[in-house]
Amino acid sequence: MFRSRTLHNPARRARAALFILLLVAGALFAGRASAGVLPEDRADLLYHRYDGGGVTIDGPSLLVRKKFLEKFSLSANYYIDMVSSASIDVITTASPYEEERKQYSVSLDTLRGKTTYSLGFTNSKENDYEADTAYFSLSHDLFGDLTTISLAFARGWDVVQQRDAITGGVDPDFRENTDRRTYSMGLSQVITRNFIVGATFETITDEGFLNNPYRTVRFVDPTSAIGYSFEDEIYPRTRTSNAVAIRGRYFLPYRAAVSAQYRWFNDTWGILAHTGEIGYTHPWGPKWIFDARFRYYTQERADFFSDLFPRAQAQNFLARDKELSTFVSQTAGLGATYEFPGGLPYMPRFVKKGTLNLRWDHIFFDYEDFRDIRVGGLAPGTEPAYSFEADVMQLFVSIWF
Amino acid sequence: MKAKRDVKFGARTLAKLSFLLAAGTLLAACSSVEPWVKPYERDRLADPIMAFDRDPVSSSYLHHVFDSREGARGALGSAGGGCGCN
Repeated sequence: MFRSRTLHNPARRARAALFILLLVAGALFAGRASAGVLPEDRADLLYHRYDGGGVTIDGPSLLVRKKFLEKFSLSANYYIDMVSSASIDVITTASPYEEERKQYSVSLDTLRGKTTYSLGFTNSKENDYEADTAYFSLSHDLFGDLTTISLAFARGWDVVQQRDAITGGVDPDFRENTDRRTYSMGLSQVITRNFIVGATFETITDEGFLNNPYRTVRFVDPTSAIGYSFEDEIYPRTRTSNAVAIRGRYFLPYRAAVSAQYRWFNDTWGILAHTGEIGYTHPWGPKWIFDARFRYYTQERADFFSDLFPRAQAQNFLARDKELSTFVSQTAGLGATYEFPGGLPYMPRFVKKGTLNLRWDHIFFDYEDFRDIRVGGLAPGTEPAYSFEADVMQLFVSIWF
Repeated sequence: MKAKRDVKFGARTLAKLSFLLAAGTLLAACSSVEPWVKPYERDRLADPIMAFDRDPVSSSYLHHVFDSREGARGALGSAGGGCGCN
C-alpha cells in the first residue's frame, strides 16, 4: 500500500519549500502595481479558556502582523494549550492527565497587481504528537474589484506517538505518520453597497494513522462482571472529506451588521454534517461594539462508529469516539469590544489605537448514540445518552501601529 | 537512491502548484466588467463591522475549538493545521 513518506525527509521538505518560494518570486516580477490592500499592522494578545465535560484548556495566543518594504506583510503567532483532562473517555478508560501543546505559525503575504500571494508554515508540538503544516494561497480581485477568487493548497505532516503509562515518557516503539492535503477554492462577491456574499469549497484528504492510540471501543462480553469489555479502536488509513460553505453579511441602515452562514460536509467515513450560524454586530457610540452569535451543528455518525459492538473484533473498523457519533451542538455567544485611542499615559508612541475585547460562548453538546457509561447498574447499551455543556472564554487586547 | 514513488510524488506536487499559478495569471486578464458599486459607494463595505473576520486571533481559536470536537472540518476559514487534540 503506497504511503507517502517522502516529505518526512527534512531535506526533501526544504527543497519543496524552496521550490514554492521560487514560484512565488517568479510571480512577483510578473505583475503590475494596482489596487488591493495588504492586512493592517496589528498585534493581539489573547487569553483563551475552554471549560466543559471534565476538560479545562487555557493559555495565551500572541499574534503580530507587520508590513515591510511596502509590499510584504509578515505575521507570526505563538499559541499554547495547557490541558487538564478528566473527560468521559479518560475517566472511563484511563486516568486524568495534564499536558501542554505549543504551536508556532509564520506567514508571508505579498500583493502584486490585483493578486495577493500567501505562504505559511505552522508547527504544533505536544509530548506525543507533532504536526507540521505548510500552505500556499492566492487571491485575485476582478470585475472592478467586486469579485475575489481564491485558491489554496496546504500540506500537513504529522507524527503520532504514545505516552508510556509506566515510565511517563514517550514509548520508543510506537511512531506513526499522518499525511494531509487540503485543496480549497473561494469566491467573494459584492452584491450591493450593503451586501457581500462568499462561497468556499474545500477538500481534505488524510493518509496514515488517523485514530487516537489511547482510545478504545467496547463490546458485549458475557464473561465480564459489568457485561462489556474494551479493545483498541481501528480506523481506516485514509479519509477524504468535502465541505461547501456559503455566507453573507448585510449592513443595516442604522450602522449594524447581520450575518449568516451554512456549511455542508461529508466524507468517506460516512459522516454527514450541517453547520448553520447567524450573527449580529451592533456598534454603540464611538467606542463600543457588541456581537451576538448562535451556531447550530448536527452530525450523523461515521459508518464504523458504535457505542457497543456485539462482540470482540466485530468488524474491520471500530470506533467509539464521540466526535464520530450522531450528535447536535448548539452555541450561543456574546462579545464586547472597547476601542481606545493612542497617546494614552504609559502607552508606547507607535500605538495608533487599540481595543479591549471579551468574548464568551456557551456550547451544549447532546449525543444521540454515545452513552454515558459512568452510570452503573444498567444493562450494557441502556445507559443514558451523554451530554455536557462547555464555556469558552476569550479576553484579548489588540493594538494597531 | 531516488525511488520511483519519490519521483512520482514530486511531479504531482509540481503539476498542482503550477496549475495554481497559471490560474492566477489567467484571471489577471478578466478586468473589463464595469463595477455596479462604484468605488465611492464602498464606504460601508470597508467598515470594520462588515469584515467577515474582524479579529483573526479570536476566530482562528474558536475554529480550533469546534474542529477538535466535531467530525466536520474545512470551508469555514480554519487554518487547517493538525494537532493531537481529542
